[in-house]
Amino acid sequence: MATARTDKRPLSPHLQHYKLPLTAWLSISHRATGIANSVAIMLLVILIASAAGTPGGYDMVAGIVDSWFGKLVLFGFTLTLYYHLCNGIRHLFWDVGYGFKLQTARTSAFVCLASAAALSIITWLVAAAS
Amino acid sequence: MSHQRTPLKQVKGLGSAKEGTSHFWSQRLSAIALVPLILWLCFSIASLPGMDYVTLREWLSHPFTAIMMILLIVAGFFHARLGLQEVAIDYIHGDASRTIAFVAITFLAAILAVTGVFSVMRIAFAG
Repeated sequence: MATARTDKRPLSPHLQHYKLPLTAWLSISHRATGIANSVAIMLLVILIASAAGTPGGYDMVAGIVDSWFGKLVLFGFTLTLYYHLCNGIRHLFWDVGYGFKLQTARTSAFVCLASAAALSIITWLVAAAS
Repeated sequence: MSHQRTPLKQVKGLGSAKEGTSHFWSQRLSAIALVPLILWLCFSIASLPGMDYVTLREWLSHPFTAIMMILLIVAGFFHARLGLQEVAIDYIHGDASRTIAFVAITFLAAILAVTGVFSVMRIAFAG
C-alpha cells in the first residue's frame, strides 16, 4: 500500500508543525503535572516516614528540603499541585456537561492558570509570614 | 439502533473492558476528595513555624492533622495509581510491558501508602 497520496486534502496536524492551542497545552500539562504530583506524594511519604524514625535520619531528609534546591522543587510542586487541582475542577465541570463552548474553554483555561499561580503565591506568602 | 449486545450485558453495562465506568468514577471521586485535602496540606505546611523534627512531629501527632494526612495519603495514592495506569495504557504498547507497569504502579502505590499511614500513626500514637 505504498502509493503516494494524490489528493490535496490536509493531513492530520503534525506536532512539529502544528501550533498547539492554549487548551491543548493545558490538556497535556494536566497529565504531566499528574505525574509530577505522584512524585510529590512519594516524597511526602519519605519525609513523614523519616519523621517517624530518629532525629538523625529526619535531619538528613529535612536538610535537603530546606536547601535552596529543595525549596525550588517545593515551589514547583505547589505549582503542579495547584495547577492539577484547578484544571481538575475544570475537568469535573466538563464531566457533568458544562463549559464545552470554545470561548468558555479558553476563558476557563486562563482562570485555571491564574488561580494556580495565585494559590502558589499565597501559599508561599503564608509560609514566609509564619 | 441495532442491539448486538445480549440483554444481560446491557443490564450489567460493563462494556468490553469488563469494568464499566468504575475507573472513571473512582478517579473523579478521589479527585473531589483531594481538593480540600491538598488545600489543607499546602496551607498547613506553609503555616508551620519551621520544618524541624520536633515541630513536624508535634503537628502530625495532633488528631486532626493525623486524620487529614491519612485521608490524603490514601486518596492521593489511589488517585495517582488510577492516573498513572491511564498513562501506561496510552504510552506503553505490548501486553507484557503494560502488565509489568500495572503491577509496578499498584505495588509501589500500596507500599508507599501503607508506609505513610503507618508512619503517621506511629507519630500520632507516640504523642
